[in-house]
Amino acid sequence: MGPKRSRFMFSVLCFGLAFLYVPMVLLVFYSFNHSKIVPIWGGFSLRWYKVLFQSEDVWAAAILSFKIAFVNATFAVMLGTLAALALVRFGRFRGRTLFTGMITAPLVMPEVITGLSLLLLFIGLQGLIGWPAERGFTTITIAHITFSMAYVAVIIQSRLSGMHMDLEEAAQDLGARPIRVLFDVTLPRLAPGMLAGWLLAFTLSLDDLVIASFTTGPGSNTLPILIFSRIRLGLRPDINALATIIIVAITIGVILFGWIMLRQQRQREREIQQAALN
Amino acid sequence: MSSDSDPILTDRPWLDPGQEPFIRIQAVSKQFGAFVAVDNVDLDIYKGELFALLGGSGCGKTTLLRMIAGFETPSSGRILIDGDDMQDVPPYERPVNMMFQSYALFPHMTVEQNVAYGLKRDGLDRGEIRDRVDAMLEMVELATFRKRKPHQLSGGQKQRVALARSLVKNPKVLLLDEPLGALDKRLREQTQYELMNIQDRLGITFIVVTHDQEEAMTLSTRIAVMDQGAFQQIGTPTEIYEYPESRFVADFIGSANMFEGRVTGHSGNIATIAVDSLPEPVRVEYSALLHDGMKAWIAVRPEKIRLSKTPFDDDSLNVVQGIVEEIGYYGESSTYRIRVNPGLRLEITHPNLRRPRDGRHVADWDETVYVGWEPEAGVVLTH
Amino acid sequence: MQRSRFGHLVERLQSSWKFLVIFIPYAWLLIFFLAPFFMVLKISLAELRIASPPFTPMIATDPSGATVIRLIFDNFGYLLQDSLYLNTYLSSLKISIGSTLMCLLIGYPIAYAIVRSTPVVRNILLLMIILPFWTSFLLRVYAWMGLLADQGTINDMLIWLGLIDAPIRMLYTEFAVYVGIVYTYLPFMILPLYANMEKLDASLLEAASDLGAKPVTTFLTVVLPLTVPGIAAGSLLVFIPATGEYVIPDLLGGGNVLMIGRVLYNEFNANTDWPVASAVAIVLLLLLVLPMMLYQHIQSKEAK
Repeated sequence: MGPKRSRFMFSVLCFGLAFLYVPMVLLVFYSFNHSKIVPIWGGFSLRWYKVLFQSEDVWAAAILSFKIAFVNATFAVMLGTLAALALVRFGRFRGRTLFTGMITAPLVMPEVITGLSLLLLFIGLQGLIGWPAERGFTTITIAHITFSMAYVAVIIQSRLSGMHMDLEEAAQDLGARPIRVLFDVTLPRLAPGMLAGWLLAFTLSLDDLVIASFTTGPGSNTLPILIFSRIRLGLRPDINALATIIIVAITIGVILFGWIMLRQQRQREREIQQAALN
Repeated sequence: MSSDSDPILTDRPWLDPGQEPFIRIQAVSKQFGAFVAVDNVDLDIYKGELFALLGGSGCGKTTLLRMIAGFETPSSGRILIDGDDMQDVPPYERPVNMMFQSYALFPHMTVEQNVAYGLKRDGLDRGEIRDRVDAMLEMVELATFRKRKPHQLSGGQKQRVALARSLVKNPKVLLLDEPLGALDKRLREQTQYELMNIQDRLGITFIVVTHDQEEAMTLSTRIAVMDQGAFQQIGTPTEIYEYPESRFVADFIGSANMFEGRVTGHSGNIATIAVDSLPEPVRVEYSALLHDGMKAWIAVRPEKIRLSKTPFDDDSLNVVQGIVEEIGYYGESSTYRIRVNPGLRLEITHPNLRRPRDGRHVADWDETVYVGWEPEAGVVLTH
Repeated sequence: MQRSRFGHLVERLQSSWKFLVIFIPYAWLLIFFLAPFFMVLKISLAELRIASPPFTPMIATDPSGATVIRLIFDNFGYLLQDSLYLNTYLSSLKISIGSTLMCLLIGYPIAYAIVRSTPVVRNILLLMIILPFWTSFLLRVYAWMGLLADQGTINDMLIWLGLIDAPIRMLYTEFAVYVGIVYTYLPFMILPLYANMEKLDASLLEAASDLGAKPVTTFLTVVLPLTVPGIAAGSLLVFIPATGEYVIPDLLGGGNVLMIGRVLYNEFNANTDWPVASAVAIVLLLLLVLPMMLYQHIQSKEAK
C-alpha cells in the first residue's frame, strides 16, 4: 500500500470516528456546566448530578427499566435459543416457513408498527378476557421479549449453523440420549452466544422508547420515556448528567467485556502454542 | 554467441558465461517486524528456465516470489527483470504475471471474462482480445467452458483458467505459487507434464514456488532449496539429489542415512571416517575440503545400499550386519529398516525385481542380513 | 411391566421435547407478533366511533339478526385523498433514501479502511464503531440537539470563527433529520459492509493488480461488484428503520419535517383515530414489504 493511500484511509477513519464521538464527548462535557442553559458555559460544577440523584422519578424510572430489561433478557434468551435450535437442528417441520418469517420480521419491523399492534392486542385482550388489567411492567416486558428474542435467535442461529454436528454425534455414540446431548454438549457450546444474546436483549430493552411508549400505561415511565418527555421541550442539563452516567457505564462495560474476551483469546492462543511446543 | 552452437549450454544457460541473467535478485532481504522472512539472498535466473523455489512453510519462498511480483517491497537489495530495476514499479506495471495458489479467479466473472481481464487493462481492441482469449482457452482445452463462472468448474479446470489468465498477457516471467498444490495426486502428475509442455512451447521463464520436492524435481531446470529465508543450495535436480551440500538438503530432498563421525585420513578421492556408531571406519568418496580430525557426516541414499543374506564378495564395500526390523512394501520397491546396533538404524530401498515367493521378501523380519555400499554411494558433508 | 411402562413414558417425553422446543417460541410469536398484526389489519378496515373500543366491530349482527362482516376501506381512501398523508409518505421515502445514500457514501470508505488495517487495529476500530450502538439511541439524538441548536455548539463555533454573524437555523429542519439518521444508523451500514469486505479474498485484489489494473480500476471492477451483497444489506438495515423513524423527526425535525412514523404516533395518541392510524401502519408496511423481503432473501442466501 502506498503512503498516499494509507493517508487517505487514515483521514477517512479519523473523520468517521470524530463524527461518531464528538457529539457524545460534548454531551458529557456540558453535563459539568454550572449554567442552566446547556450550550453556554457557566463554569465547572456537579450541580446537575446532584439534581439528578435527588430526583425520585428518575430513580423510579431507572429501576423499572432495569427490571424490565433483566426479565426481558432472560426470557428472550430462553425463547430465542429454543427458536434457533428448532430452526437449525430440527430440519423440516410443519409451519417452518411461517416460523422463519415471524422470527426475522421483528428485526426489520418499524417500531411504531410493533408498538401499535401490541397495544391493540393488549386492549383487545383486556376487553376479551380481562387480562392485562393494566398496562405497565408486564405489557412492556412482553413487547420487549417479542422483538428481543428475534435478535437472540439470529445470534444463536449463526453460532449453531457454524457448529459441526460431530460433538453431538460423539455424545450420542457414547450413549447419551437427545436431551442429555442438548444439556451436556449443545447448550454449553452455545453459552457464549447466549451471553452475547442476553447482553444485546438487555441493552435493546433499556434503549427502547417507541414500543415502550405504546405499551405502557399511566404512571409507568421507563427511563427512555422519562428522558424523551423532558428533552422534547429542549436541552436540559440534568439530562446531560444522566447521559454522561449512562455513556460512561456502557463504555466501561463494553471495554471490560472486550478486554476479557481478548484476554481469554490470548490465553487460549498461549496455551495452544505451549501445547504445540510440548 | 557461443551458446547458439553448443547444445549443452542452450539447455544450461547458467553455465554459459556469455549469457546475461534475465532476473537478478541482488542482496534482497525482507523483514516483517522482527521476523526476517528473506535474508540477504542473491539469485540469477536465465531466460527460458523453469526455476523452482523449494522449501517448507515459512522458509521465505512465497515472500521472495511476492517481491518479484511487486506485492511486497524488499527491505533492502534490489530486483532486476530484463535489466530494469523493479524498485518503484507497482505490480500492475511489471512484465510478470502470477498464478495464485488459491487461483484468485474473479468469482463474478465468467471464464472468458477472467482470461480477458488483463488484456482489457492493456487497452487492446476487442477483436484482438477475443482472438487471444480464444487461442488461450483452446490451448488449455476450456473453449467449451467459456461462459461458466468459476464455482461451476472443477479444481483442475480452475487451475487451467488461472494459468490461461496469467499467460494470455505474454509475460516475460510467469510466477507460479504452488501451482499444483490444490490438485489430487493423479491430476497433479498429468498437469505437471502439461505445464512443462506449455513452458517449452512458449519459452516463457517460469518461477515455481513449491513445498513438494517431487514436483520440483520433475518440473524444473534448476531448484533453489530455501530454509529460514536463505538458499541452502541452488542446482539442477540431479545435483541437489546426488550431491547435497549440507545435511539439511540431504535430509530435505528424499531421505538419507546419516552417519556422524570424524575424518581419520584421506587419500586420492577417498576419505576414511570413523563413525561413532560403527565399529569399523567408513570409506567414502569426497570432494569437499577435508582435514584429519574434523567432524563430518556421511549421507547415503537408501536405494544406494545393497542388501544380502550372505556376505558380499566385493571387499571395496563398506559392510555392516544388522537385523531386519520393518519391511514396507510399496509395490515397485520395498523399504527395509535394519537395526545395526541400538543406536543405529539404516533404511534401505530395494527394487522388487521378482515377485516375493510365498510372500517372502529378499530378507524377512528378524533375519540377520548384510548391508553394504560403495564408497561412491555416499557423500561427505561438513555442515 | 413397570419398567416397560416407564420406558414408554421416556420415549413419549423424548419425542415431545422436540415438539416443545418448537411449540413454545412458535406460540409466543403467534400470539404476540402475528395476532397483533391481524388486529391492526382488522381495525384498519373498521370505522371510527365514539366508544370503547373506538372502532366498529368487524363481525356484527344486522337489524334482521343475520351475522355480517363489515369491511370498510374508507380509511385507505382517506389516506389517498388527504394530501397530508401522501406528502408524508413521499417525504419519508425521500429522507430515508437520501440518508441511506449518505450512510453508504460515508460508511463504505470507513468499512474499507477498517478491513485494510492490521488485525489488532481492526478489532479496536470495530469496537469503536459498535460502541455507540450500545449507548442509548435517544441520548445520541439528544446530543445533536445540543450541537445544532441556534445557540448550539456549531453555531457558536461558526460565530466565534467569524464565518457568520447570526446563527443558522439547523435544529428543527430537514437537514437535522438527515444528520440524525445518518449519525444513528451509520454503524448499521458499516458492519454488514465490513463483514462482506472481510470475506473478500485479498489475492483477488492482487490478481487484478498483477493483471495490470490500477488501484481505481481494481476497485471498480473487482471490489465494488463483489461487495454488492454488503451494500444491499447495509442499505436495507438503514432504509427500513429510517422510513418508519419516530424519535429523530420528532426531536430534531420538530413540527417542520413530515415523517410517517411521527404522523402515525400522533394520529394514534393525540387524535385516537385508531382506524386511520391502523391504515397508515398497513400502508407503511406495504411500502416496506419489498425491501424487507429483499433483506430476508439476502439473509437466507448468507446463511447458505
